[in-house]
Amino acid sequence: MDVVLDNLDVFTRGMRTTVWLTGLSFALALVVGTLVAVFRVSPVPPLRWVGTLYVETVRNTPLTVLFVLFFFGLTKVGILYSAFTTAVIVLGGYTGAFVGEMLRSGINTVSRGQAEAARALGLTFPQVLRIVVLPQALRTVVAPLGGLAIALIKNSSIASVVAVKELSYLTGQLGNDTARYVPVLLGAAAAYLVLTVPLGIAIEALNRKVAIRR
Amino acid sequence: MTWKPTKKLFALAMAVGLLAAACGDDDDTTTDTTEATEQTTEDTAAEFEAGTTMADIAEAGTITVGVKYDQPGFGLQNPTTSEVEGFDVEIARLIVEAIGEDVEIEFVESVSRNREPFLQDGTVDLVIATYTINDARKQVIDFAGPYFVAEQDIMVRADDETIESVDDLNGKNVCTVTGSTSATNVAASAPQASVTLLDTYSQCAEAMTDGRVEAVTTDNTILAGLVQASDGEYKLIEAPFSEEPYGIGLPKGDDDFRNFINDRLEEIFESGEWAEAFESTLGAIGLDTPEPPEVDRYTETPPAPTTTAAP
Repeated sequence: MDVVLDNLDVFTRGMRTTVWLTGLSFALALVVGTLVAVFRVSPVPPLRWVGTLYVETVRNTPLTVLFVLFFFGLTKVGILYSAFTTAVIVLGGYTGAFVGEMLRSGINTVSRGQAEAARALGLTFPQVLRIVVLPQALRTVVAPLGGLAIALIKNSSIASVVAVKELSYLTGQLGNDTARYVPVLLGAAAAYLVLTVPLGIAIEALNRKVAIRR
Repeated sequence: MTWKPTKKLFALAMAVGLLAAACGDDDDTTTDTTEATEQTTEDTAAEFEAGTTMADIAEAGTITVGVKYDQPGFGLQNPTTSEVEGFDVEIARLIVEAIGEDVEIEFVESVSRNREPFLQDGTVDLVIATYTINDARKQVIDFAGPYFVAEQDIMVRADDETIESVDDLNGKNVCTVTGSTSATNVAASAPQASVTLLDTYSQCAEAMTDGRVEAVTTDNTILAGLVQASDGEYKLIEAPFSEEPYGIGLPKGDDDFRNFINDRLEEIFESGEWAEAFESTLGAIGLDTPEPPEVDRYTETPPAPTTTAAP
């Protein structure tokens, strides 16, 4: 285990990048996911089609494939983002598809009568969503969204394939430099736990706080 | 509500237990090479002392060797026959031949990252996979050889005039692959260079074409293959900055086996079989046959570099 203790700075540097990467991606995922959910429940058929198309394409493509496609593919059409930006776009877009589906199921838990009542009061469709439906829908999906955030922390390790200097990338390199993969990987697993366990506890607390008491 | 934390603690305890179990596995993974050799056949009994790895292999009639499957000239899987071919494969044949004419070799793909684990847990008996001998690796496994010395060089776009030596990499983006010594070397020689590690050399080449990196660095033997395949798009700067002695990896502490392989290497250096193997493999992709290197029969494991110079 000396190899881990002697190189703690490698782990902290990696964790910092992983936290940034996860945080920015999740923020993007919430935006993308909300749009997708709104599209999928909208009364306009073409918008629904676009939403469905997005979810089915993105959700059914392996994350590694998306990473390599965006990293090497975008340059072919003349767009060159840094590896980190590419990773935020890919992780955010990918997770956004899942967020969208969760929000949609959340929206479906809000009884139809409420939306109808809101319409009867003269609210427009965007107003119905923003004022009446989404606030309630969000509360019911806090726990699954939290689970998604934890999954995202771990998914962010795939960014190492495009050389984002996050936890997996740096520890992989450390393992190679020291030829001690097993202790280094165990250290990396522990470092991920340090990130995911507190997040899990925080989500549970948040969930209890916003729960709708019926 | 009190059951929730309990459940979480239980999950945590499970996770810790798993980790501990994994830790425990770390150092007691001896291979079962000490299996009884009572029924040694006559000819092998004459050649090897019972209990040595050579006797065990001769008796079992098979040996498992880890080689690269994606390295032109060294170990490359032929897509039509699915046989693996190259210099490393030929070296494996020449060594195993000396254990017993009819010993069968089972080749297993070893990527850079799993070479030490494969030797430690006994998945393979030997690793012959463009495996650079260095002190960090000597802590956990042993090396016979070297049987070849490559040099680390730099590949750039053919029209690039700005990079002529490793010093010119300072302030530039340079690509190499994960799990190799190339990154460590370039970080030591050009500390201001920004190093990008991708999975394969062809990805590095593509990143250079895309303009993400200005150079690709690794062993000249590997770069030569890429330059040849690029149709004049890339070139080698031919200013090598480190030596990469390729060794044969074997489990730590098996000195009999290591001596045996070193003896055999000297034998094939001498007999010309080594040069023949070189010509038929690396020679075919345009490399001149060098003088065979000198075998390093080290007796003490050097101290471990525990920290890393790489960024």
